[in-house]
Amino acid sequence: MTATKTPIEPSSQRRAVRRPGDRIFAGGAKGSGIFILIVLAGVAAFLISEAVPALTASAEDIPGGEGLASYVGPLILGTLLGAVLALLVATPLAVGIALYITYYAPRRIAAVMGYVIDLLAAIPSVVYGFWGLAVLAPTLVPFHVWAADNLGWIPFFAGPASTSGRTMLTVGLVLAVMILPIISAIAREVFSQVPALHREAALALGATRWEMIKMAVLPYGKSGVIAGAMLGLGRALGETMAVAIILSGGAGATVNLISNSNPSTIASNIALRFPEATGIGVNTLIASGLVLFVITLAVNMIARWIVNRRADFSGAN
Amino acid sequence: MSTATQSAPGITAPQQGPVRIDRRLPRFAPLGLYLAGIALGAGLSAVTGFSVTSTVIYGVVLGTLAVYAASRAVEGRRKATDRLVTCLVTTAFGIAMIPLVSLVYTVLDKGLARLDADFFSMSMFRVVGEGGGAYHAIFGTVIITAVATLISVPIGLFTAIYLVEYGAGRLKRAITFFVDVMTGIPSIVAGLFAFALFTLLFGNDFRAGVMGAVALSVLMIPVVVRSCEEVLKLVPNELREASYALGVPKWRTVVKVVLPTAVAGLGTGVTLSVARVVGETAPLLITVGLITGTNLNPFDGRMATLPVFAYYQLTQPGTATQAFLDRAWTAALVLIILVMALNVVARLISRFFAPKTGL
Repeated sequence: MTATKTPIEPSSQRRAVRRPGDRIFAGGAKGSGIFILIVLAGVAAFLISEAVPALTASAEDIPGGEGLASYVGPLILGTLLGAVLALLVATPLAVGIALYITYYAPRRIAAVMGYVIDLLAAIPSVVYGFWGLAVLAPTLVPFHVWAADNLGWIPFFAGPASTSGRTMLTVGLVLAVMILPIISAIAREVFSQVPALHREAALALGATRWEMIKMAVLPYGKSGVIAGAMLGLGRALGETMAVAIILSGGAGATVNLISNSNPSTIASNIALRFPEATGIGVNTLIASGLVLFVITLAVNMIARWIVNRRADFSGAN
Repeated sequence: MSTATQSAPGITAPQQGPVRIDRRLPRFAPLGLYLAGIALGAGLSAVTGFSVTSTVIYGVVLGTLAVYAASRAVEGRRKATDRLVTCLVTTAFGIAMIPLVSLVYTVLDKGLARLDADFFSMSMFRVVGEGGGAYHAIFGTVIITAVATLISVPIGLFTAIYLVEYGAGRLKRAITFFVDVMTGIPSIVAGLFAFALFTLLFGNDFRAGVMGAVALSVLMIPVVVRSCEEVLKLVPNELREASYALGVPKWRTVVKVVLPTAVAGLGTGVTLSVARVVGETAPLLITVGLITGTNLNPFDGRMATLPVFAYYQLTQPGTATQAFLDRAWTAALVLIILVMALNVVARLISRFFAPKTGL
C-alpha cells in the first residue's frame, strides 16, 4: 500500500460496477446460508406440527393409556441414564488418549494413532449394535452377576443380574466407545494448542512431564475438554441403532443398570415402534422426538458456546 | 469440527528436570518391570482359573504398581508419580484399542461366510431361507446417498463460499453457530423431520427413497459446510488479490481461482461427509423402510438400503436363522468396507489433487 494523506476507502465502496454475475453469485451464496437456517427452523416447525395431535389428545389415546408425560418420562430417564453413564466412562479415557497422543506417544507414530482413534468414529452405529449384542453383552454377563452380588446395596446395581447382558450398563459402555473419538479429537486439538512457552516454562522450572501437564496443559485445555464432553453427550443422547439392537427395554422408570428390565431411550423407542405405529401413535413418537431434539439442541448450543468463548480467548494470546 | 490429525506440538521432549537426587532407573528398567508385572498377573490368573480378561486386568494393575514402587524407591515421589501417569495414559490408549480390534475381528469372522458373488448379485425377492443377497440394498444405498449428495453439496458449498468470501456481521455468525449446532442433530430426529415434511406434502402413505435422501441431507449439509469452509479459508488471499488486480469480477475469481485451488480439500471434505452418512440407519428405517425386491426409482415406493437390510436380517430372522444372521454380518462387513474405502479415497484425493506448490 502506498502511503497517502486521504483515508483509504474500503475496496467494496470503491468498486464502480456491480456486475449481474456478481449479484447472482453473491445472492446464491447468501441464499444457501439462509436456507440452512430455514431448514433448522423447519425441523422444529414440522416436528411441532406433527406432535400437536399427541399434545392435545386425551390421556387414554396415548399408547400406555396414561398420558404423554408418563409415556415420555421413563424414556427421558433411560436416555439420560445411558448417555451420562457413557460420558462418565468416556471422558477420563478420552483425556488420557488425547494426552497420550499429544505428549507421550513416539512422535513418528502419534499421527497414525490419532487416525486409528478416528476410525472408531467412522464405524456405523448399526455395526456397533451388532458388536455390542454379539460380543460385549455376553462378555459382561459375569460382571453383571458379580455386581449384583457385591454392589447390590447401590440402587444402580440392585439386580437381579441379567443373564443376557442386554442391559443399560452394556449400552452405556457401547455408547462410551462411540463418543470416545469425538471427545478425544477435541481434547487433542486444544492440548496441542497449549502455548509452547507455558510448557517450556514449566519444564525449565524442573517439572516432570506430568507436573508440566498438570500445570500448563490441563488448565489451558479444561474448557475444551468440557465442550468436547458436551458434544459427546449430545451424540450419546441421540444415538439410536446401537441402543435399539442391544437394549431389552420397555420397562418403566428404573435406575437399575444390570437387570433385564430397563427403561428404553427416546431414540431407540422411536426406531423400534415407528415402522408399525399408526394414527396417534405416530404423533406420540414424533412428540417424543421433539423432546429429544430440544434436549440435544440445548446441550449442543451450550457446548458450542463454550467452544466459541474459548476461541475468543485464545485469539488474544 | 475439524477431524484433521493434529501435528504433534513443537516441544515435548521428556527432559528430566534437575532432579536433586540424581538417581535414575536404567533406561529399560520400567518396561522390564512392567512386563514382569504382567507375567505375575498371568500367573495369578492361572491360579484362579486362567482367562485372557483376568490376565490382562491383573497384569496391567500389577505392572503399573511394580513400576510405581520401583521408581518410588529409587527416584523419589515426583518421578514415581510421573511414571504412574505414563502407565495410566498408555493404558487408556490400550483400552480404546480393545473395542476396535474386537469389533473388526468379529465382523470379519462372522461376515466372511457369505461374502460371495451371490451376495452382490441377488436380491431377497422370494428368498425365505438360505441364499439371497443384498444387491437391492447396495443399489438402494448408492442411489439414496447419491441423491443426498446432490442435494447437500451445492447448498453446503455455496454456504461455505458465503461464509468465507461474502459473509459479514450477524448473519455470518448466526449461520456459523447454527451449522455447528446442526451437526449435533440426532439422526433419528432428521428422519422424523423428513417423515413429517413428506407426510404434510403428499399424505400419510407416501414412501420414497427421496425421503431418506432428504433426511440424510439434513445430517450431511453441516458437515459439508464445515469442511469446505475450513478448506476455502486456507486459500491464500494473495491469489484473490492478484485476480482482482487483473480486473476479474469477484464471482469469476471464486469460480476460476479459489475453487480450483481448493479442489483437493473440497473433494476430501465431500467424500468424508458421504462416509459420515452412508452408514446411517435410523433415518432410513423410519422413512424408506425395507423391501425384498429391487427398486431403483428413488421417487416412488420403498427402497432397501444396506444398513436397514443388516438391521432387519439380524433382528427379524425367519425360520432359517443362521442364513439371516450370516447375511446380516456380511452386510455389516460390506458397510464397514464401504466406509473405510471412502475414507481412503478421501485421503488419496487430498494427496493427488493437492495444488501444485510450484517453484
